[in-house]
This record gives sequence, structure tokens and C-alpha cells, in this order.
Amino acid sequence: MSQYYSTNEAFALTPALTLALFGCWILVFDFLFANSKQKRYFALVVVAGLIFAGVGLYRQQAFLATSGDSSIIAFSGALTIDRFALYFNWVFELATLIVALVSYNYLEIEGEHHGEYYALLLFAQCGMFFLAAGTDLVTLFIGLELMALCFYVMVGFLRGDKRSNEAAIKYLLLGAFSSGFLVYGFSIMYGLAGSTRLTDVAAAIAARPAWDPLVFLAMTTTAVGLLFKISAAPFHMWAPDAYEGAPTTITAYLSVASKAASFAFLLRIFLGPLAPARDAWEPLLAAVAILTMTIGNLAAISQTNIKRLLAYSSISHAGYMLLGLIAGNDTGIQGIAVYVMVYAFMNLGAFLVVIALRRKNIIGDDVDDMAGLMYRSPGYAVLMLIFLLSLAGIPPTAGFLGKYYIFLSLIETHHYLLAVIATLYVAVAIYYYFRIVKTMFVGELTEKAPLATSFGLRVALGITGVLTLAVGVYPEPVLRLAQNSFLR
Amino acid sequence: MSGPPLAWYLILSAVLFALGVAGFLFRKSIITIFMSIELMLNAVNLSFVAFSYQLKQVNGHVFAFFVMVVAAAEAAVGLAIIVTVFKNRETLNVDEVDSMKY
Repeated sequence: MSQYYSTNEAFALTPALTLALFGCWILVFDFLFANSKQKRYFALVVVAGLIFAGVGLYRQQAFLATSGDSSIIAFSGALTIDRFALYFNWVFELATLIVALVSYNYLEIEGEHHGEYYALLLFAQCGMFFLAAGTDLVTLFIGLELMALCFYVMVGFLRGDKRSNEAAIKYLLLGAFSSGFLVYGFSIMYGLAGSTRLTDVAAAIAARPAWDPLVFLAMTTTAVGLLFKISAAPFHMWAPDAYEGAPTTITAYLSVASKAASFAFLLRIFLGPLAPARDAWEPLLAAVAILTMTIGNLAAISQTNIKRLLAYSSISHAGYMLLGLIAGNDTGIQGIAVYVMVYAFMNLGAFLVVIALRRKNIIGDDVDDMAGLMYRSPGYAVLMLIFLLSLAGIPPTAGFLGKYYIFLSLIETHHYLLAVIATLYVAVAIYYYFRIVKTMFVGELTEKAPLATSFGLRVALGITGVLTLAVGVYPEPVLRLAQNSFLR
Repeated sequence: MSGPPLAWYLILSAVLFALGVAGFLFRKSIITIFMSIELMLNAVNLSFVAFSYQLKQVNGHVFAFFVMVVAAAEAAVGLAIIVTVFKNRETLNVDEVDSMKY
């Protein structure tokens, strides 16, 4: 397929420009909605921004479909809008939409309702756009930092809360540390290639032997930086603390959107410049994936805080997704794409139920706070059950689909040992997810009144719940999207 | 080309980077840890500029400027967060910022 060299850079940038403009609009017109109650209208502004950005994405998708080109290349190769970038951007759109819908009521309860929060959501998504679409080391680095800086602030958004501060400082220090490693690897890649374009770097690395020490140094430092971002063990230490301390809406956003963006970035690097050095990184990543699944699943068993439990579960999901890259065939890469999309709505859904439990004076992030939820608010309990079944990977929910393709790719490429280990850990995962289910269904009821939730939260729960079930039952549309999108 | 060979710059950059990593891992004050991160980023800048000079290109210089911008932005956000941590706890020792445990 041909590639379309854009003469109209603005067309390629539309979604990012729209998001940034709406973000700036919120910052400038923050004074319009002076009191805390009125700030909720900013959620509508975010939704409007997402709709306009979505139109931009849709037009790019339509352009690729009608012209038959495989990608739009802008800024002489620094930015590539291909189906891979568009696919991931749809995931970001969905995640930001859900988070914006639930945020206004949550921030009201926390008493920290500021316009900047909504601007930061949009700026973070703008960074993610560049992470998914960047094909130059500079673009990727700036995209990553734009996203990460917004997240540092959002994680520490509850200024008066000790846990939120602590989460922010830990996330900031470890995030900046890992960025240092990443950019050190980039500097060596630049030195090898004499260019920052991913294609040039790939050519330079391919021209050298697989175990070249400089290539190995560039590969390991870049990998350390990337693995930090996807919270793979042994670089996962920041995740449980950041997830527990952050406002729950941001925990949901962090666990889904930031992880999806980091995976897009990881795939761009490992299937681009580092693809020729596959023999060197495949065993390393396999070890990392096993360790990630082990730590994620075993540490989750003993958690009493739901946010922390979901943090460890999200670490283990990163391990499963890495397996698709280790298998490395078309099924594996598609499997990651499917997994990222499916993980987005099931994990958001699970966090939404945790958000629903948050009321004045009740934090609601303990597993025991779920006790007897079935008798208080059966709807929420059933939805949580669906999300947890999906996270565990049980059919007919969407989560099964993601795991199915990952395991299939492992079998196809004869990684039997990895497949067996991954399957065994699914059994462990079922144990700790069902601990929550058990608490919900047979736990002692502490409070009789059903949950009172906002309209936005109910809409968001509806979207995630329907998608989790619908994709599990009728997966063809998502599969077709994923098949078209993978990177080659 | 006059001046010391490229390898010297790269070794200096690697040593500075390793010092930054060691500082990050072993120091206790959040401010010192933050300075160690800046040291790592500046080591990266050195290697970018050295490569750029060797290759007679401007790309590496440009990247170094971007790294500086990011370091400045990180410092702004980081110091703001450090101030709120200090307000809430009156300490900047990392060992005492540990309210969340397994």
C-alpha cells in the first residue's frame, strides 16, 4: 500500500490541535464558572472537545479508507497517522469520555473541584495522540512527557490529602527516573543512526550484528524506560502507591489510557527500530512477562484495598499483553490491540463501581466496603460481577477474547511453557477477583440505603457494561478494527 | 577533528548518568533525589551534543533543547508537588513518606 505524504499538516494534527485548544479554552475561561457547583459544565466542554477530536479522527480514517493509502505522513516523517495510531486514539477517546462523565460528581465530593482538572485531561490525551502517532524519537519523547506531566499533577490533585501527595511524589520521581533511562537509550539510537526518524534508526540497527554492545545498551535502557511506563515488574513499584493515592477517577484513567498509550509507544519502538534486535530482547521480555504475571497475581491475593488490588491486577494484565509481543506473529500483535481495547472498558467499569461507593465521609475503597452490595444496589453488584468475570477472562465476556488471542498466538509460535504459566495465573486471578464477588454477595450488610450516584456515572457504567458484554458476545467489529490496525 | 575523541565524551556521559542513578537510589532527601534526576538528563544532553558534533548535524542539538525544556517542566511540577508534600508532613525524607504499605 502506498503512503500519503501530506501537504496539509493541519489535517494530520486536527485531533491533537482540537484537544489542546479546548484545554486552553478551559484554562482561560475558568473564571466564567466561579463556584464549585458550576464547574461541572467543564465536563460538557471536555465532551465537546472529544466530539470535535473524534470528528478529526473520523475524517482521517475516512481519508485512509477512500484513498487506499496505508498512512498519512506529516512533518516529513515525524508524525504518521496510520490505522494503528487511529485505533489507539479511539481507545483514548473512550477512556477520556468515561472519566470526564464521572469526574464532576467525584470532585464535588472530594471538595477539590477546579477547572484545571478538565484541562489536564485534554492535555494528557493530546500527549497520548503523539505517543500513538509519533514516528520520530523527539515526537515520542515530547508526547510521553506531555502525558506524564499531566498525570503527575492529576495524581496529586487532592492537595490536602496525604495519600494523594505521596502518590504524586512517588509517581513523579519514578516516572522522571524512567524517562531518564528512556532518553539515554534514545541518545544512543541517535548516535547509531545519525537521525531521529524511527525508520532510519531501524535501518542502522539492522546493519549491525544482533549482539552489538551499543545496540544492546540502547535496547536495555529504552526497554527499562518503556517497562516502567507499562508498570511491568521489576519496574512496577510505583503503580500500587500511585493507584491507591490518586483520586479514583484518575486511577481509572491512569490504569487504562496511560497504559494503552504506553503500549502503543512500546509497540512502535519494539516493532520499529528494535525489531532487528529481536533475538536479543525476546528472552529478556519473556522473563519480564513471567515476573510481571507472578508479582501482579500473587501480590493481589493479600490486598484489602480495592484500588491496590486492581493495581496489582493491572500489573498482571500488562504481563499478559507483553506475551503477545513475545509471540510476535500477526495473531499476537492483533491480540494486544484487542486486549488493550477490551481491558479499557472492563477496567474502567470496575473502577466506576469503586467511584460509586465514594460518598461524603466514606472513602469506599476497601474490599469490605463492598459487603452486601448485592442487597443494597443489585444493579451495581451485577455490573461489578460482569467486569470482574471479564477481567478474569471468563466467556462470554469481552476479557475472554483478549486472553484467547494472546494464548492462541503463544501456541502458534510454540511458546508452550509461557502459555501454561499464563493459564495457571488465570486461575490465581479468578481467586482474588472472586474474593470481591464473595464479599458483595454474601458479606454482612453494613448500610441499608442504596447507592446514590450521578447521571454521568450511570451513563458511563451503562457504556462500559454494554461494551463488555456486547464485545464478548459479538466480537466481529472489534476484531475487524484490530486486524486492520496492527503495525507491520 | 580537533579536541578529544567522541568516546571520551560518551564515557563521561555514562559516568554522569550512573552517578545520577546512584544518587536516585541511595539518597534520602527528595530534593537531592530530584537533583540526581536532573543530573541523569544532563548526562543524556552531553551524549546528544557529542554525537551531534561528531555527525556534523543539528538534530542532536535540537533534541538536547527538548530535553532541557522537559527537565524544566518536570522541575516546575516536581517542586510544586514537593511543596505540598512538605506542607502536609513537614518532612522531605523519603523514608518517612510511607503512609501506604502492602
